[in-house]
Amino acid sequence: MGIKEKDLITMGQLSKEQIEEILSTAKEMKNIIKRDIKKIPTLRGKVVVNLFYEPSTRTRTSFELAGKYMSADVINISTSASSVVKGESLRDTGYTLQSMGADIVVIRHSMAGAPQLLGNYLNARVINAGDGFHEHPTQALLDMLTIKEQLGSFAGLKVAIIGDILHSRVARSNLSGLTKMGADVWLCGPPTLVPPGIETLGGKVTYNMDEALQDADVVMMLRIQLERQKAGLFPSLKEYSQLYGLTQEKIKLASKNSLILHPGPMNRGIEIAGNTADSSQSHIREQVTNGVAIRMALLYLMLGQQKGE
Amino acid sequence: MEYILQNGLVMDPKSNLEKKLDIHIQKGKIKNMAPHLEEPGVEVIDLENKIVAPGFIDMHVHLREPGGEANETILTGCRAAAAGGFTAVAAMPNTNPCADQEGVVELVKARAQRAGLSRVWPIGAISKGQKGEEIAETGTLYKAGIVAISDDGNPVTNSEVMRRALEYSKIFDIPVISHSEDLKLSAGGLMHEGYWSTVLGLKGIPPEAEEIMEARDILLAKLTGGRLHLAHVSTAGSVELLKFAKAQGIKVTAEATPHHLLLTDEEVQGYNTSTKVNPPLRSIEHVKALRKAVKEGLIQCLVTDHAPWAEELKDQEFAKAPNGISGLETAVPICWDTLVVKENLSPMDLIAKFTVGPAEILQQPKGMLAVGEEADITVIDPHLRKQVKAANFYSKGKNSPVDGRTFQGWPVLTIVAGKIIMKDGEVKEGNQ
Repeated sequence: MGIKEKDLITMGQLSKEQIEEILSTAKEMKNIIKRDIKKIPTLRGKVVVNLFYEPSTRTRTSFELAGKYMSADVINISTSASSVVKGESLRDTGYTLQSMGADIVVIRHSMAGAPQLLGNYLNARVINAGDGFHEHPTQALLDMLTIKEQLGSFAGLKVAIIGDILHSRVARSNLSGLTKMGADVWLCGPPTLVPPGIETLGGKVTYNMDEALQDADVVMMLRIQLERQKAGLFPSLKEYSQLYGLTQEKIKLASKNSLILHPGPMNRGIEIAGNTADSSQSHIREQVTNGVAIRMALLYLMLGQQKGE
Repeated sequence: MEYILQNGLVMDPKSNLEKKLDIHIQKGKIKNMAPHLEEPGVEVIDLENKIVAPGFIDMHVHLREPGGEANETILTGCRAAAAGGFTAVAAMPNTNPCADQEGVVELVKARAQRAGLSRVWPIGAISKGQKGEEIAETGTLYKAGIVAISDDGNPVTNSEVMRRALEYSKIFDIPVISHSEDLKLSAGGLMHEGYWSTVLGLKGIPPEAEEIMEARDILLAKLTGGRLHLAHVSTAGSVELLKFAKAQGIKVTAEATPHHLLLTDEEVQGYNTSTKVNPPLRSIEHVKALRKAVKEGLIQCLVTDHAPWAEELKDQEFAKAPNGISGLETAVPICWDTLVVKENLSPMDLIAKFTVGPAEILQQPKGMLAVGEEADITVIDPHLRKQVKAANFYSKGKNSPVDGRTFQGWPVLTIVAGKIIMKDGEVKEGNQ
């Protein structure tokens, strides 16, 4: 089936079947990562460009390795060391990369809508690696892969997403993907960090962490940024941690074999206690491995299959 | 130049005239209005099935000159006005330098004169540098020719300064036009706050950011007895505040834009920066409340808030693009189609909102058709259906959220002091 649309911008554009296909492809890709020699020739001669307008460790590295494991040529552009600092527009930067032969551009941007804008300009395919507070579809897919591996399916699962929902592209993409697959998604955070109208997207909203955790099968903690406190959205990190931090004590409210996820980078001791992050219920490191697998699957589905079709 | 406008349906809201009449224009003035006028040797323009109205007035435009010539000049803005059926526009003072000094007002007037198209009425700044700290020399600006004061683009945050502006403006009996926005509440906002801002991950602006300032200014108008005009009202709450103010007998008027009457925040989907405007496009309940307020006469005036931008400024990330819509060339068809064709507003009522409505607010002896007066006339073809092609705009700003849409009811003739400045969409070239 592959990804029919030229660009991958949101989870909303993917059908249930497409999501299943991406997850099962990723499962196969994961076997390659576990090999001693991590290299297959599938994407030889293909050029993947990572265009990152925001700092990133795991997403950028993950796309880079995903491309390299499949023998693509991968170029990384961090905008702080590029023509962007000379004032080049997104449009011109995009055309430049395309003119040099990029087959796919992976873009991370602090402003919502930038990947779609880039996709509109280019013939090359575009993957959204996170845009502002909008979406981060590859993160949602890797979270879904982790859940599927551990729990088998999504239907009827209670997934609690806890923290700064307002500024979270991870929450939006997961809400969209997980509800589509039949999960029951709860969104929890202080009212100042819950966006208006989110219930109409299919989530249940609560400001009470205990209610969100009660019998949850998956607990997804979100990173809290210090700058949100400076903007007056909550009074202090200490109080935030007391109200919305995950601890060994609190996780007892969730179902016995619940999974703990976090998209990283973590603030240990703030949104998640150190020992909880390292506990046997935590699959945070597995998420990182799955991130590479998901990105391999996407690059394969968007580049590797083209000729045969 | 002498000619007769023949067979048109003449509609003049001020005198409540609606009749098939011929209009004889001579030496820039209306010489005669009567059925079946015939003058040997005088040119005749046939306007069968067209509506002949007083010249349309747009009391809220940004012509960008001086300082923003890459986006628009007074000449290109006047061409756009002529194309859009406007015989007069009031130019907002937020240029660079801004119109807080008589020199800028003189410059705007002189360049408009030289363009020789639509009339341009300058609006002066409320405060020096539009900083909201000290009131500008309103008397000097008034003498230079301003018709109102406004810090449009910037709200006057300091209530004391706004109070003094409303008081001081009473000397000249000119309105104080309020751009109502609580800047703290709207800070960082990119669109209307609601379902779509959540879906798109763009920071929202709640309606209250507008309404809080409107409420304050209404109370200050009550306190001072000054004339307050609310610019671009866009919310259901604003309509309620307006009702409250009118019921109290407070001197408040208000305007609405075509885009707030036609479009909702759903249009922002796809991150089209032509939909980025301040106040933002609102959700449907606000649009409906606004239409109702226009129909009921609570809002007496329609304006474009014409805000042209060069392509490279709008063609970037949504958060980076400036606010504004190039509106002069689509205002009349949007309003005719939305309000007359679809909402059954009478043509006479719509015409009033573009003529006598703004003329009364600005106290200009325009917006009417009468023998002996200067011939400022706009002719509408109420049946003409045409597609908007922003690339062909006379304005430098092609930033239109209705590009490609088809509307019914277009201006086909614009006449200023007897001079035909637009015919069938074609602008008669102004002077460089």
